[in-house]
Amino acid sequence: MSQRLLLTLLGLLVTLLFFGSLLIGPAALGLGESLSALFRGEGGPIVLVMQEIRLPRAILGLLVGAVLGLSGAAMQGFLRNPLAEPGLIGVSSSAALGAVLSLQTGLAAAFTLALPLAALTGAALSVLLILALAGPRGGALSLILAGIAISALTGAGTQLVLNLSANPFAVMEIVYWMMGSLSDRSMTHVWIAAPFILLGGAMLLLTGRALDALTLGEDAAQSMGISLRRLRMMIILGTAAAIGASVAVAGAIGFVGLVIPHLLRPLTGGQPSRLLPAAMLGGAAMLLAADIAVRLIAPDQDLKLGVLTALVGAPFFLHLLWRMRGVEA
Amino acid sequence: MNLLQLENLTVKRGQCPVLDGISLTVGQGEFVGLIGPNGAGKTTLLRAALGLLPHQGRSNLAALSPQDRARIAAFLPQARDIAWPVTVESVVALGRVPHRAGSHRPGSPRPGSHGGKDQAAIDRALDRMGLAGFRGRTATALSGGEQARVLIARALAQDTPLLLTDEPVAGLDPAAQIRTMQVFADLATEGRAVIASVHDLGLAARHCTRLIMLETGRIAADGPPRDVLNDTLLARVFGVQGFHTETPQGHIFQPLSVTR
Repeated sequence: MSQRLLLTLLGLLVTLLFFGSLLIGPAALGLGESLSALFRGEGGPIVLVMQEIRLPRAILGLLVGAVLGLSGAAMQGFLRNPLAEPGLIGVSSSAALGAVLSLQTGLAAAFTLALPLAALTGAALSVLLILALAGPRGGALSLILAGIAISALTGAGTQLVLNLSANPFAVMEIVYWMMGSLSDRSMTHVWIAAPFILLGGAMLLLTGRALDALTLGEDAAQSMGISLRRLRMMIILGTAAAIGASVAVAGAIGFVGLVIPHLLRPLTGGQPSRLLPAAMLGGAAMLLAADIAVRLIAPDQDLKLGVLTALVGAPFFLHLLWRMRGVEA
Repeated sequence: MNLLQLENLTVKRGQCPVLDGISLTVGQGEFVGLIGPNGAGKTTLLRAALGLLPHQGRSNLAALSPQDRARIAAFLPQARDIAWPVTVESVVALGRVPHRAGSHRPGSPRPGSHGGKDQAAIDRALDRMGLAGFRGRTATALSGGEQARVLIARALAQDTPLLLTDEPVAGLDPAAQIRTMQVFADLATEGRAVIASVHDLGLAARHCTRLIMLETGRIAADGPPRDVLNDTLLARVFGVQGFHTETPQGHIFQPLSVTR
């Protein structure tokens, strides 16, 4: 399939799902009135539902899904490993620890922005730590090991908070938050996350050419004029900004960053530069679809988005592996 | 004109010098065979000359910015490494990365769809390595020797005045070995320079214009093949002796037995 056709089809799919996300919800609104309510100024109930509940949810689904797919593709390209995923360098778990601390201390309840800001702080600290651990010249292996160490440490921190928490409500809130969700988010969440997501996404999209060259190994890429140092900074900072902001507003959502690049790689001829934009659109489509699905499957039960993506993603991934089995033997 | 200029190039692993004060120059028209037993420092010399390793001393290539260096010197690493199932043509097209710094369209969708000058270099490299029929094949599905030829074609497509290759003919069939050495010799005749580390002394003797023999990080000998491959040096550095003869096809050398 040509790249243009692939991106067009994925773009159409994302557009359809975006409008689907706007139109589906517990309040049964007509098609025409919902869409016109998006652009109306006065504050009737339909306008409120559309502008304050469904629009932020759809925008966040679009943005978070897009960077999950994009950073998954970039991380796999950089580490030259199809098993890599955005959380590998420890950003997600550090952001999660920040968020968990804000929930535990009650800061999150005291003011709305405490949770996302704490998560972003966690992500930023993890970047400093990973740069210190992996060193300026470190290769892929030192980055992976530093990421594993940071994930283990922050994961233990989260466990410790749950372990020592005297407040069962806080514990429940933390556990639910960690499942990942897009419900009850406001435009404020969009404004907090969007700048980081757009900045991080732009950095990752710029790495295509270097990732292509890296297909032939680090020495070959360097001899073709690629600065590995610059590439590594772009990947770490881009992923940290985009994924940190995603976790801050949506919690930890697994499997999108792993499955989507896998699924789309054969359609992009295996080239990392072509996979990046495709995985971005594919990730957005998957998350929007999953977020519509949680509303349709269990409208009254608040099924968590991260639970669904893992539930659907894992068997799907197994299926891919099953098919690969025959090819690789 | 000198394309490669090394002055006192030294690489240390801990205290131990892996490469010890190498000084040499390589000019246009030379096809230099870098020979030496395992661990003599061939790979280290090539990588340090490109600035891919921390080193002491001076290399004209290491002093350049990565982008400028990539337009002067292409490098074929020893490890044949293709991470993703991309087509042969897109692997070879990667050799054009340094030449389209400003105007790169990410991903090249179909075979034969690169810009004029790039496409010409890609086609020429594919032809030279006898890969014209492989263009659309998936590189990772090819045999090891075929992948090696694809990677050589990638380095050729970079179209640089200087080509550094680390064991380019290892694992190739005899036809591909001779073809590769012939292509390198042709590049030298065109006024470029090629440096190739080679273990096959027979091929090196036949095709190279000059041999540099490394022994534990130092240059043991440097000159025309028939001078460098003398019995004393071969016995001392490689621990082998063999059969020499001059033919109309050039100097022929076949190692026959081990001396130690």
